[in-house]
Order: sequence, then C-alpha cells, then structure tokens
Amino acid sequence: MQVPAHFEYERATSVDHALALLRRSGPEARVLAGGHSLIPMMKLRLAQPEALIDVADLDELRYIRVDGDELAIGALTRHADLLDSAVAGEHFAILHDAERVIADPIVRNRGTIGGSLCQADPSEDLSAAFAALRATMVIRGEPGTRTVPVREFHTGPYETVIEPGELLTEIRIPIRPGGGSAYEKVERRVGDWPVTAAGAALWLDGETISDAGIGLTAVGAEHFAAAEAEEFLRGAPASEASFARAGEIAAEHCNPVTDQRGPADYKRHLAGELTTRALRRAAARARGASGGNA
Amino acid sequence: MQITVNVNGTDYARDVEPRLLLIHFLRDELGLTGSHWGCDTSNCGACVVWLDETPVKSCTVLAASAAGHRVRTVEGLEVGGELDPVQQGFHECHGLQCGFCTPGMMLTARWLLDHNPDPTPEQIREAISGQICRCTGYENIVRSVRWAAEHEAAAQESGQEVPA
Amino acid sequence: MTATAEEKTVHNGAYGPVRRKEDARFIRGQGTYLDDIQLPGMLHGAILRSPLAHARITSIDTSAAEAHPKVRAVITGRTLEGLKLAWMPTLSHDVQAVLATDKVRFQGQEVAFVVAEDRYSARDALELINVTYEELPAVADATRALDPDAPVIRDDIEGKTNNHIFDWEAGDKAATDAVFASADVVVAQDILYPRSHPAPLETCGSIADFNKVTGQLNVWTTTQAPHAHRTVYALVAGLPEHKIRIVSPDIGGGFGNKVGVYPGYVCAVVGSIVTGKPVKWMEDRSENLMSTAFARDYHMHGEIAATRDGKILGLRVKVLADHGAFNGTAQPTKFPAGFFHIFTGSYDLQAAHCEVTGVYTNKAPGGVAYACSFRITEAVYLVERMVDVLARELDMDPGELRMRNLLRPEQFPYTTKTGWEYDSGDYPRALRLAMDLAGYDDLRKEQAERRERGEYMGIGISFFTEGVGAGPRKHMDILGLGMADGADLRVHPTGKAVLGVSCQTQGQGHETTFAQIVAQELGMSPDDIEVVHGDTDRTPFGLGTYGSRSTPVSGAAAAVVARKVRERARIVASAMLEVSPDDLEWAEGKWRVRGDPDKGHTIAEIAMASHGALELPEGVEGHIDAEAVYNPPNLTYPFGAYIAVVDVDPGTGAVKVRRFVAVDDCGVRINPMIVEGQVHGGLADGVGMALMQAIAFDTDGNCLGGSFMDYLLPTSMECPSWELGQTVTPSPHHPIGAKGVGESATVGSPAAIVNAVMDALKPFGVRHADMPLTPAAVWSAIQGRPLRTDMAFT
Repeated sequence: MQVPAHFEYERATSVDHALALLRRSGPEARVLAGGHSLIPMMKLRLAQPEALIDVADLDELRYIRVDGDELAIGALTRHADLLDSAVAGEHFAILHDAERVIADPIVRNRGTIGGSLCQADPSEDLSAAFAALRATMVIRGEPGTRTVPVREFHTGPYETVIEPGELLTEIRIPIRPGGGSAYEKVERRVGDWPVTAAGAALWLDGETISDAGIGLTAVGAEHFAAAEAEEFLRGAPASEASFARAGEIAAEHCNPVTDQRGPADYKRHLAGELTTRALRRAAARARGASGGNA
Repeated sequence: MQITVNVNGTDYARDVEPRLLLIHFLRDELGLTGSHWGCDTSNCGACVVWLDETPVKSCTVLAASAAGHRVRTVEGLEVGGELDPVQQGFHECHGLQCGFCTPGMMLTARWLLDHNPDPTPEQIREAISGQICRCTGYENIVRSVRWAAEHEAAAQESGQEVPA
Repeated sequence: MTATAEEKTVHNGAYGPVRRKEDARFIRGQGTYLDDIQLPGMLHGAILRSPLAHARITSIDTSAAEAHPKVRAVITGRTLEGLKLAWMPTLSHDVQAVLATDKVRFQGQEVAFVVAEDRYSARDALELINVTYEELPAVADATRALDPDAPVIRDDIEGKTNNHIFDWEAGDKAATDAVFASADVVVAQDILYPRSHPAPLETCGSIADFNKVTGQLNVWTTTQAPHAHRTVYALVAGLPEHKIRIVSPDIGGGFGNKVGVYPGYVCAVVGSIVTGKPVKWMEDRSENLMSTAFARDYHMHGEIAATRDGKILGLRVKVLADHGAFNGTAQPTKFPAGFFHIFTGSYDLQAAHCEVTGVYTNKAPGGVAYACSFRITEAVYLVERMVDVLARELDMDPGELRMRNLLRPEQFPYTTKTGWEYDSGDYPRALRLAMDLAGYDDLRKEQAERRERGEYMGIGISFFTEGVGAGPRKHMDILGLGMADGADLRVHPTGKAVLGVSCQTQGQGHETTFAQIVAQELGMSPDDIEVVHGDTDRTPFGLGTYGSRSTPVSGAAAAVVARKVRERARIVASAMLEVSPDDLEWAEGKWRVRGDPDKGHTIAEIAMASHGALELPEGVEGHIDAEAVYNPPNLTYPFGAYIAVVDVDPGTGAVKVRRFVAVDDCGVRINPMIVEGQVHGGLADGVGMALMQAIAFDTDGNCLGGSFMDYLLPTSMECPSWELGQTVTPSPHHPIGAKGVGESATVGSPAAIVNAVMDALKPFGVRHADMPLTPAAVWSAIQGRPLRTDMAFT
C-alpha cells in the first residue's frame, strides 16, 4: 500500500488549542479531522502537508441540535451520526438521502461533515445538499468568528475561503415550515463518487412554490447550485411541468466534463433528470409534512 | 513520537513516525497480522478494525490518531478460547474462502449484531457494503451473520451464556 | 446451503458438505499470507515505474536514492544486464523486461528497484531516483496497432517492424463459408470483451532469501504454481533447481493473477543476492492493476448463420487480441489463443471457423487470467451474445432458440467442429431446470405488463460449456512442461495420512476437498488426512491451480494415488489374513474376506502391520505409501444454464440485477457446500464485468483503471441473493467422475446479464452495447450512441 511522506503531528485538545497550533505551524499545516479525504491524498502524495493538526478528538465540535430557528451541526459530526440523527432527518430529509449514498458505512463512521466540505471536491454530495438548503458556514480564527453562506464557501475545485489559521466549526441551516427536500444520485456503484447528483428543497404555499433550493454536484454548477432553475420555480405551481422545466434549466446552466463516469452530454441529461426527480420527491414530502419542515 | 494504543485490552507503547498508518502499526509493530490491507484508496475494507467501538478502515487512520484510544482486531474476537458466534457462523456457513476479507467482515458483523441483533439480509448487505470480497459473492457471508444472529437469540432464550 | 445436522452425521461416504479444515486459522486471523511473513534481517523492496506508456530512457540517476541512509541497494536494468537478467522469458515464448533498459513500453513498467530497511523508506527512496524519458507516440487502441504508421513497440525483437504477434485459426473455413453462403439468415455483431483484471484482494508479492554460502534460494511467493516458478527460476537465473525452494503461503485470492513470474519477484531475488539478506517485495494495488496479468481484451467480430425457423447452422468469428507490450499470457504452447475455439458453445453446428490475430500495444502484458479458463470466458460470451442477437433477428424467444439447438444427451461424447471432444452432458435438462427455477414464463408475462407501464425489465439466458482440467501432456504444455500433476500419499504407522499435491489453493478449500477424495477411497475420516501443498520441497511436481484444473487433474491424481495405496493395502491385508488377495473385497472401509465379513482390516491397521514384523509379499516394501502422476486423457466439460433478471431505469441508465438463477453441472460434487461457494463467487464476477469493471486507456496509453476508485468491483449491494440448482452428469473419463467448477460462474454469468440488459432495452431498438454497462453506457446506447468502453470516453 502507498504511504504518506513525512510530516509533523500535533494533537489539539480544544478549538482554541487547534487555532494556536495552526498559527504556530504556518500555512503548510493541514487540519486532520476524520482523515478520509486527506489521508488518501497524502498516501498518493498528492498532498504533502508539513504538519497535521489532529482535531478528531474535539467532541465539542460534534453535535446536531436545534438552536433557535436553525439546525446547528458541529463540523466534526461524523457522516454516520448525521445519517442516524432523528432531528436532522426530521427537518431535512435531503441530508439523510445524501448521507445514505455518501461513501460506505465504514467510511461514514470516521469521516466528518466538516472534513468533506473543506476538502471541496467538485463531486462532494454534501456541498450540493447544503447548497440546496442555503446553509451558513461558521468559521473560527483566533481573532474571532465569521460566517459565510455555503454558496460562497467554495472558490474552486479543492479550494475554500478558509484561511490559514482558521477552522470550520459549524454548519447552520434555517428551519422554515412548509418545506420538503430530497436528494437523487446516480453512481456507477455503491460508494463511488456521483456521476451526477441533485438535491432539492421546496417550500410550498398551498400548491405554489414559495421558495426553492437546488444543489448540483459533479457537473461544474456554479456554487453547487442551480440558481436559474430556482428563480424559475419561485411562484410557480408545484406541478410536474414546473419540475420538468426546472430540470431543463438546471441542465442548461451547468458545466459537466467528460470522464470515465460518463460523457458530458449524459451528465447534463442527468442534471436535468435528477433535478426533476428530486423536486418531485421534495414536493411530495412538503405536502406530506403539512406543517413540517424541509 | 511516543504513542500508547490499547489493542484488544492491552496497552502498547511504541515509538513511531507520525505518518505510520494504524494498519501498519498493528501488523508490523505489534505483529497482529490478522488485519489485512488490499488497496491504496480506502475502498476495499480488508483493513477494518474497531476504533473505540466503531469499525473503521485502519489504512486511513494514523497510529498517532489512535493513541489514547481503544482498538479491537480479529485477534480480539475470541474470548477465553471461545470463538465468537460470528466466527462460528462464518465456519458453519462457508462464509470464507481465501480468508483475506474475513477479519474485517467479522468485525463489522460483530458490530452490527451488537446494535441490531436481528438484521435482515438487506441490512447485513448494507453493513458490509464498504468491504470487498472476491471469493464468496457475499451470499454465504450474509448467511453466516444470520446464523450468528439466530444462534445468539437462541442462546439468550435458553438463558445460556453467550461469549461476549 | 447449510447442511443439517443429519446431513453432517449420515455416512454419505466422505463426500458432502464437510466444514472446512482451513477455516480454523482464518477465522482467528491466523492465516499466513505473504505480507505476514517476517524473516530476520529482512529488507523491503519497492519498484519505480514508468509514468509514460512509450518512451526511450535517456538517463537514470540513482545517486540520491543510494545516498538515503536506509537504502541498501538500487538496481536498474543496467545492473540486471550484467547478470543477464534484464529480460526474462514469458509463458508464451516471448520475453519481458524485468527492469527496462532501452525503452519503457507501458505505463507502470518496472524501471528500477530499491531495497531499504523498511517499506516506508523504500517508498521515499523511489522519489529520489531521477529518470529522464524521451516520450514516443503510444499505441493504446488495439484496432490501430497494425496501422502502417503505428509505432513499433517491440524493437527489441530482431527484425520486428510491426506490432503483430500471431495469427491463428481453427475450424473449417471453406465448409463454414459454404454454410454461410447458403443460409437463410446471417447476422453479424461486433462484440468487445474489455480488458479487466482479476484483482484478488491480496496483491502479489515475494520474499527471496539467497544464501551465498550454501547456494540455496528460498522464495516465498503468492503463486498458484510453485513448481512452475521453481523451474522458471532455474532456467532463467541459471540456478540449480535442487537448490531452489518455492513456498506458497496462504494466498488471498489468485484468480489467475498469481500464475506468472513478475519482474518484482526476480528483482527480489537479485536484491537478496546483492544485499545478502532476505528481500520482501509486496506490490500496492495500483501496481497490481497497472502491471500484473490482466484478462480478456478481445475485440470480436461474430457472425451467425441460421435457418429462418431457428436452426443454427454455423458460427464464425474474427478476433483481434490485445496482448499488451509483452506476450505474457499463460497458456499451453500450441494454443496462442488459448481454448477460444470452444466458441461453438453448447450447440450442434454444421460448421465453424475462427481467426485470431494477436497484437502488441503499449499496455501491461498478460491476457489470460481471471477465471479465463484460457479464453473460454471470451468464447462463451461471444457465442451466447450471438445467439441472443440471432433470437432478436428471428423474433424468437432466446430460451426457445437455445432449446432448439442445444446438443442432445445422446450425442455425447460429442466432437465439436473445432476439435473438442465434450465428455458428457444433458443440456436441455439443465436449461429446463433453470427456466423452472426462474419461473421463466411468469417472468415474460411480468415483462410484458411492465412494458405497458413504461417499466423496463430484462431476462437474459446464458448456456455455457467449458473445457477445464488442462491437460493431456501430448497436446498441452506450458513452456515445455507437460500439464500432468503428481500426488503422493503416505500413511503413517498409526494410520494417519499425508497427501502431497502439486496444485495450490487460493481459497478453493483443497485442504478439505482433497482430504475428502482420499477419505472416500480409503474409508478414513478427512480429519485423519493432512493435505500438504505449496512447498516445492514437500510436494510432487505439477503445474498448479488455474483454469479450473485442480479437481480434474490433481483431484484425479489424488484418487489414483489413494487407489494405489488401497491396492498395496490389499496385498498386506492378504498376508495379515493369510488369504489370496483375490479373496478380498473392499467394503465399508475394510479389506475383508469375501463371504466372511468379520475377517477384515482397516487401512490404519494395515498401515501399522506394513511397518511391523509381518512378512510382506511381492509388491509391497515396508509401507503402503504410493505416488502417482495423472496425465488426463482429455479435458472435462462442466456446463450450466444461467438466467438473470434485471431492471433498467432508462432515465438514468442504471441497472439493477434483481435475480440470478444458476444451474451448474460439474459432474460428481465432492463437497457441495464448496461447489456452491465457488459458483456464488463467479456470479459476482459476472455482475462486476457486465456492469462496472474495465481497465480503459486514453490514446496516450494512460491507464484509467489504476485504483479501486476507478476499477470498480461489485459489493454486497449489487449482488442479488444467488439461486442455485444443479444437475450431475459425471465425467466418464475422470476417476471420480468430477469436473472442474472454479471458473464456471465467471465464464457463464456476464452473458446472462448483458443479454438481460439488451432484452430490457429491446423497445428502444438497442441490439448490442459493450460491457461494462455502466449507467452512462446504457443511457448512451438508448440514445443510439453506444460507448466504446475500452478507451477514454470522448
């Protein structure tokens, strides 16, 4: 098996300690959370940080709770915990749909939400799911805390707005009544990265769509979102025709690239097809919830 | 760096490089070669061990990260010379052929049964879906876990002691 | 199937679902696989590999690596040239570079070998070796390999000006052409069996330990053929064969990947010679996928001729065989295309002909691995797809078309139009059983109903005949070594026995099944028989386990040697009972006096007597031990009928295998539990190959399947719960009537699934699309733009 290059290792005992270690180690240090995005890259020597700051033991960042009118998810929450969380599933079925098809059950035991989001892989499912929900990222540095909308969090493949010396600590999602959400993914095999995936969140006012969020991954959608399709849906009837049209618009506005998962035309087709399917299920859940959440 | 890891109930203190992977710590430092490795990309699951009561892929965990934590390997399944029902089930139901994926499969099965004592075949398949077997086509692995589940339920019912 | 308590205790001879003896160590994590072995002073090797598919090496600077404090040696092609080891013979009478000297010819080819104190340092040292390359145009597309302007890959071969390896044909061309010319219906189809890889869970590796003083070379290797390796090292390295010991420890899966001698093994030997210490080389997964024996890569053009009412008359096929940069396929010498000419399948044809052209490309060498049965997987896939393509053309049910054309039991033994003599079979019965188990007619009804609702399910059949158990010495040799197998059996004074066999299990359960064979012949318990294998110092010569040959050849040898022991025991018993040997009969585990059943002795009693003071007659000397070499008179011909049921989502192209019914006939079953396990495993291979496995390349020769993220293997989620059935038609020439089975399911299953998917897509007018039928491939086929799956998508 392939093995990483040398690095220095420090174990953080608190968030403040982690921030201090990051400052001391400089810009070539990386944060080690679950390690299931970073360590594979290090074994292949595609990433060669000089130092790792291990934050995996920081239970203070491992929680899922309702905080006011938001769902707050600690950045070190494991994928398995999010999948198992009744409160997360109750409010945002899309998160369960997505987690069920992220990696495999063993990887989900160790990998973290924050780790996946910070890895910023252009095919990351959670990026699309959180984009659909218009989540907010909470970032802490030694000077203090700042928040960044998830749609501004990723600046390019494997790049985020997190600066050296900063740590993603929390993801917050507004809880609004009358919503339903869903996630649809096509993969070549269980555990594979998506060929294409789409997540949708809808809020209904009777049979009219009052708000919509559509997230897309693996197709080069700007900010992992299908903003034009969302715009179209606002105020539109929650009908099969609307969902089909929204799918078309989403497909038009993404930038899939051909690779061995599929040719670009196929991925573009899927962007549309899966958006439509996700909207259909989100609407059914919104109607079924009647007074419940997305 | 100095680390101490508890493996199958015993503390092991060793001096290791930070980059040493947990799988190599177990196999090469401690001589516990029951856990295997089979890929470079965290896909195959031959390396599955428990880290603090949860199955993880030990090829993707640093030994340094396991310091101060508890690891359970296949060598820790048998207790006091008694095979775990999962091990018995794999033997009874021909759940192994070459045996290379077997330690990981059994550890995941043990975890599953601890949390869901009566899993359906679908639930068993889902639980092992991150682990590859090239020999068995999975059918007999599923039957082995069902055997263990039924055996444990029967032992419970008759008030027998089931090896922990 | 799990045996009931009754099944386990009822004396059914020794055959039956006996639980495996080898499990005891594996379930405790106490197997000894190659990487588990540590020897005192052992060093670790790592290979530097070429990033380019085709390039001249202009310089190699190893000085920085040699200066690494933990590095003990750095070996390059130049070092090996001095030892005349830079090139080694392949199993196909070609040569392969051990470490590149002039050029690299595939991405991943071995360029340098580092020996260091630990595996991490060895890996670090690779980055300190500086190689400069002059890139050359690469040939990655086999269909372009014979273009006039194609770069010549094997310029190391004197006078070579193209990438052609061989042309080979079988069958009667003139008769076939005549049949085709006059047939009502002729259908042609291009069919690709893409390059795939066996990917056993344990990768390949070796530990070499050369003792300069004694001249002894001990090598522990993941090998399915330890004796063949020993002889190869003797021939290649010029080391005396009696000073070479090869040990196969427990092997974590072989599937044909662990047959040949890899450059890494030779490097480990050289490393040990140079450092004076044992050297372990264990490849990582990317090395395994990118450089070791791949499988398949056959571009086939099939044509089938039939009457309008569905009588198949003839089959012909042209194959372009991509052998990679060196012809390293493991196959009998006279068969460069292996047993591909069994492509006439299970049908009664009037004529058949095939032509196979082998070419070099800038890809890894190999070709015959992965339950290939020496190209029978390719042959079966071809014929079973062609039959379905014909069924589509004739608008006939594929089950009915097969039933009309399958060989009938009274036709056996049957000589095919390409020279195979099938030993025994009742094909229609097997197909009928499969169709009953599947509920075929109900499935067709369900399919029609679902189509009305815009749901697409498919039903696919595959009927296969394999020829396994290579093979008769006069026809079959590998590198000049005849494919007979030895067995030796010793019975100790207290009646416990040790069977030495030349084959090598990698999970097939030989320690149990071979004990059962001997137990059955000698009336003993399998627990009293130890099976020894894998150590060339302790076992007789033979060519190893692959091509499902263990039961047909070594199993036969075990039965034959046990019978020899039994016959010697008869002679001893006659002395013990003071009767003539002809007065004895073998019954209930004893030689006993005919008509006086109380007077008899077990093998254990006889063994003790043979070692004692008893005066022994002519024909035995102090023991009842024996040895045998079994030269099979023919292959054995297992067969089966498989039916797959799939559901296809046309909106995404996703395929789900809902059910899979498999009826197998491998003759007499020594251990039904183990047979079923073999079938289960092979069926999973079918799911993998049909739906997700392929090693593709881009036009520069970059390998796109070099990790398990790209080369996808089926998990528990893609595999349904297999439904098995059986028929038993004993092989008339095998001592216990058994046939091989290890590869049957891998051979038969891909066609069933591909046929099922094509069946599902019939309303869209899709007649054929190549494996792997990933969602992208299925969707593209529905759009009328099927994908080429062996090259990068564009």
